[in-house]
Amino acid sequence: MQSSSETAFIEIIASGPLLTIQDSGRPTARRYGVPVGGAMDRFALAAANRLVDNHPDAPALELTAGGIQLRFSTRMVIGLAGADLQAQLDNVPLAPWCSAVVSAGSTLSLRGRRGKWGGRAYLAVAGELAATWAVGGAGTCLPSGFGGYEGRALRAGDRIAVRLRSRLAMVGTRWWPLERRPPYCAQPQLRLLPGPQRHLLPEAWATLLTATFQIDQASSRQGYRLIGPALPPHTLSLSSFGVVPGAIQIPPDGQPILLMADAQPTGGYPVIAVVIGADLPLAAQLLPGDQLSFIETDLTTAQTMLAQQAAWLTAGPEEDDSDWLLAQAGAVG
Amino acid sequence: MSVWIDLMGEAALLVRWSAEAAAAGAPLAVTAALQRNLPPGVIDLVPAIDSLLVCFDPLATDRDQLSTQLTELARHPPLTALPVGREVVIPVHYGGKDGPDLPEIAAQTGLTPTEIISLHTATEQRVIMIGFAPGYPYLGWLPPVLHLPRRKTPRVAVPAGSVAIAAGLTGIYPATLPGGWHLIGRTELRLFDPTADPPTLLQPGDRVRFVAL
Repeated sequence: MQSSSETAFIEIIASGPLLTIQDSGRPTARRYGVPVGGAMDRFALAAANRLVDNHPDAPALELTAGGIQLRFSTRMVIGLAGADLQAQLDNVPLAPWCSAVVSAGSTLSLRGRRGKWGGRAYLAVAGELAATWAVGGAGTCLPSGFGGYEGRALRAGDRIAVRLRSRLAMVGTRWWPLERRPPYCAQPQLRLLPGPQRHLLPEAWATLLTATFQIDQASSRQGYRLIGPALPPHTLSLSSFGVVPGAIQIPPDGQPILLMADAQPTGGYPVIAVVIGADLPLAAQLLPGDQLSFIETDLTTAQTMLAQQAAWLTAGPEEDDSDWLLAQAGAVG
Repeated sequence: MSVWIDLMGEAALLVRWSAEAAAAGAPLAVTAALQRNLPPGVIDLVPAIDSLLVCFDPLATDRDQLSTQLTELARHPPLTALPVGREVVIPVHYGGKDGPDLPEIAAQTGLTPTEIISLHTATEQRVIMIGFAPGYPYLGWLPPVLHLPRRKTPRVAVPAGSVAIAAGLTGIYPATLPGGWHLIGRTELRLFDPTADPPTLLQPGDRVRFVAL
């Protein structure tokens, strides 16, 4: 083991509203009552990791909204993917969906959303972020306080150890082509499959497909409360059953909840629809106040879109340090 | 036997049974059968009171074949092959400040607190599901006299270890959580430990005996 590897770390100078270590989640933990968790935007997480040759499921930093500042203790290779949060590396703009070499002592700051969309970006480091493995994952389970960094959100002063690869491959800057990314946008129209209780609440289903909704302030990694036209209240009382991120629950008050990564794995509210997996990255980029709508789709589309995203991740980034190509990717300030 | 199978998105199927089939143990029997011989692509099984969520990798699963297999299995759950289940003893401090709702349950049921404790400890209860919070077990079933609706006003903070009843079931709070069940006692056992494997003290199918301290 090299001493330089042991001392490498990322220091948090400012965390923004929520900064956590996340990986691809705990797919087999639901049976223990543990949320699947992991990155809200799994695609961006995988892309950030692929940009630096990590395993796509490896733990990385989930950066939320903005107001974030990080310092690198030593020279390392980073990959940034997801929302454009106006990242600057030592005051030089750094576009997302690119890798970059950072020098010892350099600072990465992210002010916040540049355009009309985006809420979460992922920072991967070539090598391995120190994260506590628990219940089949290394991500931070905020509701129960385990995994990640001491089971909690990162705050100013925290130092995350990084085990760098013994041989730092100084490849040219990599970038992730636009045509291999999900169609991120403002006011996304998320595609739905009907849920198990869709027929019990036909009016709610009809309203869901015609109205525009806004993400409530009372939203978190567990789920988004959706503000929109009043859906009819109901008195359906069901036994709890297993649910999934993407499920849209209708509580008795009629205000829909879109379950996200940290949702409890069981719930008793009727599930009238489920957002297809391929559109969850779009949902993950929403912040309180953002708008969205829904459209019905079919299983074939859900399957095709998911396969397409898997193929994009397999294809990986482009390896070319030509300035022209970087400009095409929006990587040059 | 009435069975419903619905998609829960493209990566999960929700199997639901009638109350009778559920009470006979269909969700646990089918869970056990699937665990013995996990179909290709299936990632996780979430048994619940009258349902089972089967989660799979949609890019590695023949959904139609899985659905057919589940339908067949769900209609004819191998109830006789239900695993015996581990026996777990849970010591409980009943009543007092650990079980503040005991007097109220006594008033509602016409039983004395001692009779309630006797009934609760005399009934062997099976872990039907883990849910609500990490390691939170739902155990059933209680004798009909102890079937109570949830409290009208839930508590903001139920202390960790609290043993509570509602809707014919016993629950145990693994951590301090909000909750609407009636608190009858408290155990000092740790129900959820993220550093342990498995992380939960109880698993679906376990047989639990409560012992009064």
